[in-house]
Order: sequence, then structure tokens, then C-alpha cells
Amino acid sequence: MSDREIMYRDALREALHEEMTRNPEVFVIGEGIAERGGSYKVTEGLLAEFGAKRVRDTPISEASMIGVGVGAAIAGARPVVEILYIDFAMLGMDQIVNQAAKFRLMTGGEGRVPFVLRTQGGTGGGVAAQHSQSLEALFYHIPGLRVVMPSTPYDAKGLLKYALRQPDPVMFLEHKHLYMTKGHVPDGEIIVEFGKADIKREGTDVTLIAWSNMIPRTLEAAEALAAEGISAEVLDPRTLVPLDREAVLKSVAKTNRCVIVQEAVRRGGVGSDIASIIQEEAFYDLDAPVTVLGGMNTPIPFNLALEQASVPQKENIVEVVKRVLHADLVA
Amino acid sequence: MAKKATAKRPVRKGAAKKAAAAKPAAAGKEQLLDYYREMLLIRRFEEKAGQLYGMGLIGGFCHLYIGQEAVVTGMQAATKDGDAVITSYRDHGHMLATGMDPKGVMAELTGREGGYSKGKGGSMHMFSKEKNFYGGHGIVGAQIPLGTGIAFAMKYNETDNVCLAYTGDGAMNQGQVYEAFNMAALWKLPVVYVVENNKYGMGTSVERISASGANLHDRGKAYGIPGEEVDGMDVLAVHDAAEKAIAHCRAGKGPYILEMKTYRYRGHSMSDPAKYRSKEEVNKVRSTSDPIDRVKALLIDGGHATEDDLKEIDKSVKAVVSEAADFSQSSPEPDPSELWTDVLIEA
Ligand SMILES: Cc1ncc(C[n+]2csc(CCOP(=O)(O)OP(=O)(O)O)c2C)c(N)n1
Ligand SMILES: [Mg+2]
Repeated sequence: MSDREIMYRDALREALHEEMTRNPEVFVIGEGIAERGGSYKVTEGLLAEFGAKRVRDTPISEASMIGVGVGAAIAGARPVVEILYIDFAMLGMDQIVNQAAKFRLMTGGEGRVPFVLRTQGGTGGGVAAQHSQSLEALFYHIPGLRVVMPSTPYDAKGLLKYALRQPDPVMFLEHKHLYMTKGHVPDGEIIVEFGKADIKREGTDVTLIAWSNMIPRTLEAAEALAAEGISAEVLDPRTLVPLDREAVLKSVAKTNRCVIVQEAVRRGGVGSDIASIIQEEAFYDLDAPVTVLGGMNTPIPFNLALEQASVPQKENIVEVVKRVLHADLVA
Repeated sequence: MAKKATAKRPVRKGAAKKAAAAKPAAAGKEQLLDYYREMLLIRRFEEKAGQLYGMGLIGGFCHLYIGQEAVVTGMQAATKDGDAVITSYRDHGHMLATGMDPKGVMAELTGREGGYSKGKGGSMHMFSKEKNFYGGHGIVGAQIPLGTGIAFAMKYNETDNVCLAYTGDGAMNQGQVYEAFNMAALWKLPVVYVVENNKYGMGTSVERISASGANLHDRGKAYGIPGEEVDGMDVLAVHDAAEKAIAHCRAGKGPYILEMKTYRYRGHSMSDPAKYRSKEEVNKVRSTSDPIDRVKALLIDGGHATEDDLKEIDKSVKAVVSEAADFSQSSPEPDPSELWTDVLIEA
């Protein structure tokens, strides 16, 4: 195995490149993705390689470019629609929620929607209320959508390649802070199937469940906790739909405690749903209440200090874990 | 709070309006001086914002209006009290032109307590109830239905006010723009759609992305909305067109589209190296049709002002801008407790 290290954005580009080479059905469209190579350079070089038929700049028309993508998908193509910010995907909610997600069922199982929507969310650098949201819960809530949130270059590549080989609509949610992060990605073919969680760090005292940009932060917290003698396991579901319940329950059965860390606002989030699954199915394994550490219930403020205070930071994670362990001691 | 302070308004609106009744080509001295001052204020303010950004004092996105000053200046000079403005994220010029306090605007850019949105909105999201400025929107095209709704309320409340809804060329391909056009025409709403066609939406030229090519003023044709192409680098032409369009709206005849042919000198935002166009292209516009130079020439050639008179204006504008810059750095950071406020009204 090679020890090649590449950036998250390069891993995504490799996945697109490989799948476009492999399958002529795959094409990519989005704002500024062809000539400019995309705001995060994920699609850089693809136009030169695959031509304007398969790598296409769109007008600023999110609702209809998502609709056009879904339309092409049900007719046998494999579109990758890039939406610059997850906030802008809201313009296409009708096509995502009412069309793409329901097509398979409405056709009695005959229809296929091999549609991948790539976008990015999260806070980072004061881009304010309309460019910083973490909106995975909206898609998680809708039956018929797959929701993928890679945290590492390896997962980004493997999951995107898998997404481009399966028949359901996929919300592929990247994070603006992760594009420039580096990680190990071996040469050659890698595939990461949906519904397979990854243990990013093994531990015995508490299970920390996180995804996307909360993974690096949670790993840092785990490191800090280790220095204080607390052994935290960090579990990354990688795909929220499908969710690897088995891996979650197995880890909780081992550690008996669980903290879920999400950047999205606390209220109505995916973390609450995972917590409810754990208490329902693993209640007797638990030594402490399952705790969700989420973002504050506020639109993301512009001011940097406020922005940071509105989403979980390493210190908050450490503090909550200690509280959960303490709860166990007094019990 | 800067918000409450009375704005130092470099343009005397009344004067601009009176002169505007005259033939545009023969704009009076006072009006020309007002235009000069206003446009210069916007330019110097934006240059300062660019500097502060470079120094790391402003973060996030910051979209400068340099090059487009004539559009908002000419438009706003044709408005009256109670008229409203709504625009996109390229909004600093619009705020200054509606008379908002440069201090409060700059302090919002630096995310401070004295900013118009207490540091929570940032460059793209500022509002002023007092000046009927409705923002500051980061979702491309979203301000068009909103502006149409503002016009709806104006008509509903039986005022004779008008809403100016500004948009970029790129935004003209959003579907909601056309849904709004239809309703505005159907209900004869008093809204002027001001399309600031600066030739690019981020790095994509308008020709590359519009089936109808570079022309956007006729996009309302299907709904019977009159549209006009205007030299947006010529403040007098802008003002002339504004008077006409606003009069049309006030008379209850429904919406109007003005397509302003303009140009932004800087990148899309501070992080855009603008590789999609040549230096020559930018330099050519700057040297042949700069809106401020044009008014300056009218002032000097018409014998309305001397170089020294204009230098005095430059000086006073600079003072206003540096006062704003100072304020934006001395105003405190918002208190962390602000995270719990302004989300919902407490019962
Ligand atoms: C719904 C939505 N899609 C995409 C973007 C990203 N974006 C921001 S500005 C912009 C270009 C808009 O160009 P134009 O309307 O011409 O305005 P200009 O920046 O030239 O003033 C794009 C694509 C966005 N903010 N919102
Ligand atoms: Mg533009």
C-alpha cells in the first residue's frame, strides 16, 4: 500500500475523473465548474479532459439545474449537479424532495434516479447567515434520499465513486473547511459502500459520534481527553442515510456512554434521531444519558467570535464528555 | 449605536431632485457637484473597505461596487421620501446612496457592535428601517420577489411610493425573477427592476450564460413590462431613465425594467483574481468611461468648478471615510451574549 497523501478536493476530483472515464453516462454541471474549475477547484481540469458536452457551466438557476439533473437521471444519464453552497440547494427543494426522492416509489419501483447532488456546507471564515448552514437534517428527513457526509479524503473519494454507481438520488454533502485538508488515499481503485461506519479512533470509555468537519475536531478532543486518561472512541457514520446502526450499537455496547457531536443546530437535528435510536435499542447498555452537542439554535452570525461560539469547538466537546463521565460516577 | 447617529449625507437630495427636473444633458452645477461627491464617497469607501480587508480587519465575503457608482447615484437622486431599496450582496454603494451612515456600514464590515446589524449580518446583510433599505441579500435573485412584495405593500397601503429592486446580470436567470415579473405586471406593482449588467456573474460573462445574449432589458416583454437599456456609466443618463421609470410606477402603470450597462473594476469579491478577463479590458473601461471622471469633466469644462474646488470635495470625502474606518475599528466586538438575541422576539 502506498502512503500517498492528497487533499480532500483532489480526492473528489479523482473520483469524478475515474468514474467519468469508466462510464460515459456521467456528466457534471454547475456554476463556474467548467472554465473556472469550480470555486473549490474540485472540477479543475475536467473540461480539458472530457470536453464541454460532459462538463458544463450553468446559468445561476439552481431550481431548474437540479430539475434538469433529475430529469436527465430518470432518462438514463448520470448527472453530478454541483451546487456552490448547500444554502442554495434550498432553491431546488421541490425537485429534490417532491420529485427525485419520490420517483422510485411513484413508479412502482421501476424508476431509477441515479442523480448525485454535490454541495458543501458548514461555517468557515465569516461567510455569514446565508452561506454557512449545516442542513443535512432536511434531507435526512426525506425518505428516498441518500445522505453522504465524508470527513476525510479517503472517504470522499470512495463514497463519491460508490455514489456514481448506484441508482438512488444522493445528497453528497462536503464541508468548506475540509477541501484543503490532507489524508491518506492509496493509488488505484477505492470504493466505500454506503451504510458502513468507520471507527476513526478506538476507545473504551465513551463513544463520540460525529461526521463531516466535526470529525477532525472530535479527534482533537479525543486526543486531549486521552491526555487526561479518558479513552474516547470516535465513530464516523460517513453516510447518515443509510445509517450503520449496527456499528453504533456495537460501539455503545462497548463503551456504555455516547456523545453525539454535530455542527448543525441542535434542534431537530440528526443527532437527536441517533440518540433516540440508541436509547430505544441500547438502553440497558448505557451508564449515562446519551448527549447531543449541537450548534446553537441561531442563524450563523457574521462576527467570527460569535460564529465560532455558535458551533461546537474542541473545548466544548471535552467539557461535555467529562460531564457525561461524571454523571456516570455520581449515578 | 451608529444606527441612531444622523448620517453625514454628502448628497443634498432636494437639490439633486430640483435640478433633475431640468434637461439631463444640461444638469445644473449643484446637481453635478452632488453626483461627484456621492460617487466619490462610494469609491473611497470601497477602496478603504478593500484596504481593511487586506489588513485582515474585514473577513468573509466582501463585494466592492467600484466602477458601478453612477447607477445607484443616478437612481437614488430620482427617489423621494418613503421609496424603498433592496439589492444583492454588492450593497455598500446602495447603503451610502440611501443616506445610511458610513460609520455604521463600515463597522458592520468589521463585524462590530456599532454596525448596522450589530456585527451579525456582515457585508452582505445590512438593513436600515429609517432609510427604507431592505438589504443586503446573499441568495442570488432572492431580492427580486422580496422587492416585488415591498411594492405590493406600498400599493396595498395606498402610498405613491416606489421600490427600486436592484439585481445583477447573472441573477436574471433565476426562475423566481420571472414569477415575480408576472405578478408585478399582473397587479401593476410600483417596482423598478434595476439590472446592473456589469458583464459578469462571478467569473462567467453574461453572453456565455444567457440564451438571449447580453441584452436583459427586454426580459419583461412577455409580461408587458417596459424595458430600457441605459448607459450605466453616465450618471445623467441613469438619472434621466430613473425619472421616467419611477414616474411610470408612481402613476400606477406597473413595473419597469432598467438595464444599466456598467462594469465592475475589481474582482467579484476580494478573493477573486479575475482571470476570466484581460487587464486591457478593465483598463479600457476605466480610461474611457469612468463615471466619476465623466462628471468631473462636465464640472471643469462647464466652468462649474475648478480643480481646487474638487480637491476640497475629495478632502471632505476622505475625512468621512477615515472617520468611518476609525469607528469600524474602535467599536467593540459584540458581546458573546448576543448569540442568544435577535432570533425570535421574546414573548
Ligand atoms: C442562489 C445562489 N446561487 C449562487 C450564488 C453564488 N454567487 C454569488 S454572486 C454570483 C454571481 C452573480 O452575478 P450577478 O447577478 O451578475 O451580480 P454581480 O456579482 O455581478 O453584482 C454567484 C453565482 C449565490 N450567492 N446564490
Ligand atoms: Mg454581474
